[in-house]
Amino acid sequence: MEELISLFVKAVFVENMALAFFLGMCSFLAVSKKVDTAMGLGTAVVFVLTVTTPLNNIIYSKFLKESAMSWLHPSFETLDLSFLNFLTFIATIAATVQVVEMTLDRFMPGLYNALGVFLPLIAVNCAILGASLFMVERDYNLIQSSVFGFGSGVGFLLAIVALAAIREKMRYSNVPPALRGLGITFIVTGLMSMAFMAFAGIQL
Amino acid sequence: MANNKEVVLDPLFNNNPIAVQVLGICSALAVTTKLETSIVMSLAVIAVMMGSNVSVALIRNFIPPSIRIIVQLTIIASLVIVTDQILKAFVYDISKQLSVFVGLIITNCIVMGRAEAFAMQNDAKASMADALGNGFGYSLVLLLVGFFRELFGSGKLLGFTVFPLVNEGGWYQPNGLMVLAPGAFFLIGIFIWFLRWRKPELVTAD
Repeated sequence: MEELISLFVKAVFVENMALAFFLGMCSFLAVSKKVDTAMGLGTAVVFVLTVTTPLNNIIYSKFLKESAMSWLHPSFETLDLSFLNFLTFIATIAATVQVVEMTLDRFMPGLYNALGVFLPLIAVNCAILGASLFMVERDYNLIQSSVFGFGSGVGFLLAIVALAAIREKMRYSNVPPALRGLGITFIVTGLMSMAFMAFAGIQL
Repeated sequence: MANNKEVVLDPLFNNNPIAVQVLGICSALAVTTKLETSIVMSLAVIAVMMGSNVSVALIRNFIPPSIRIIVQLTIIASLVIVTDQILKAFVYDISKQLSVFVGLIITNCIVMGRAEAFAMQNDAKASMADALGNGFGYSLVLLLVGFFRELFGSGKLLGFTVFPLVNEGGWYQPNGLMVLAPGAFFLIGIFIWFLRWRKPELVTAD
């Protein structure tokens, strides 16, 4: 249990998807002009990450990993399909996003309208695929990958909402013309990333 | 051909994918701690982008609009798998250092973005030129950032010592910030600042 809490804290703060690994940067920069929209995208990311990371973990450990298919037939013992992981993961993510979108539309129209255009965009958000690839690289089991997926999502939400809040306030400051927009956003993100580095070394 | 030349040269500065279109930033920041990894990553992205742009352009009239994203993703993912296997076979060490970021070329917005915005409307030749141009524009930023991060972060270039470090008996005190995440953000921010200062027409409103 302690180990899982530690993994969660690590995924949220120390190894923050956006600020430490630069994942999901495109949407991170593009959708952080207002706190409301940032909140929408962040929530959608948490949602999709929590679903896809464990799902990809099951697929990887039951079908793709070396000798993973031996539960089907003993002769598959030597089969190693792990080179297919990119294609499978991205297909799973795209399909999950589609299913989540339809389910929300049918059962929770309020949430669906709030997330709006962000859901389909998430299929190509590197943070989602990145979490699945990290999960493979670090050999997480099913429970660990659920915690990791959820934690990464929360970390992304935290970072994007914080950046949006700073950018809203920044409208009143006198930024040099050439630095306005993208330039200053990068520098602010750099400062945030420095602040988040202060969490490094936290052990629970 | 004049048109194709413009398509190649335009993304270098005027319409740089990273600094102006804000695409493909994830990988630009993550792999640039060393010049070597930046070069390999640039080549991988150029290869994937050329493959995907040409393939999408060739079959663009047969792709039903409603499933075009899936089709593009499948093409790109297949090309990335090939690239990943080649990297693992020939430059295993670098491929280990790039770790998940080779796989993340799939969701690199430049590749998707160019396939969607350019290759879906143009023929194969123009799409190839567009892929080359955007690939070079992307590589330019990657190499610049990689150059400064390796030089100031560890006093080396491509593994050769340029500034002898203090703890190895030299005079250069390495700037640890450059190797860490914030250094990359600052460098790209400064690059964008410089570009927009030289070309004021690129300045955006907020």
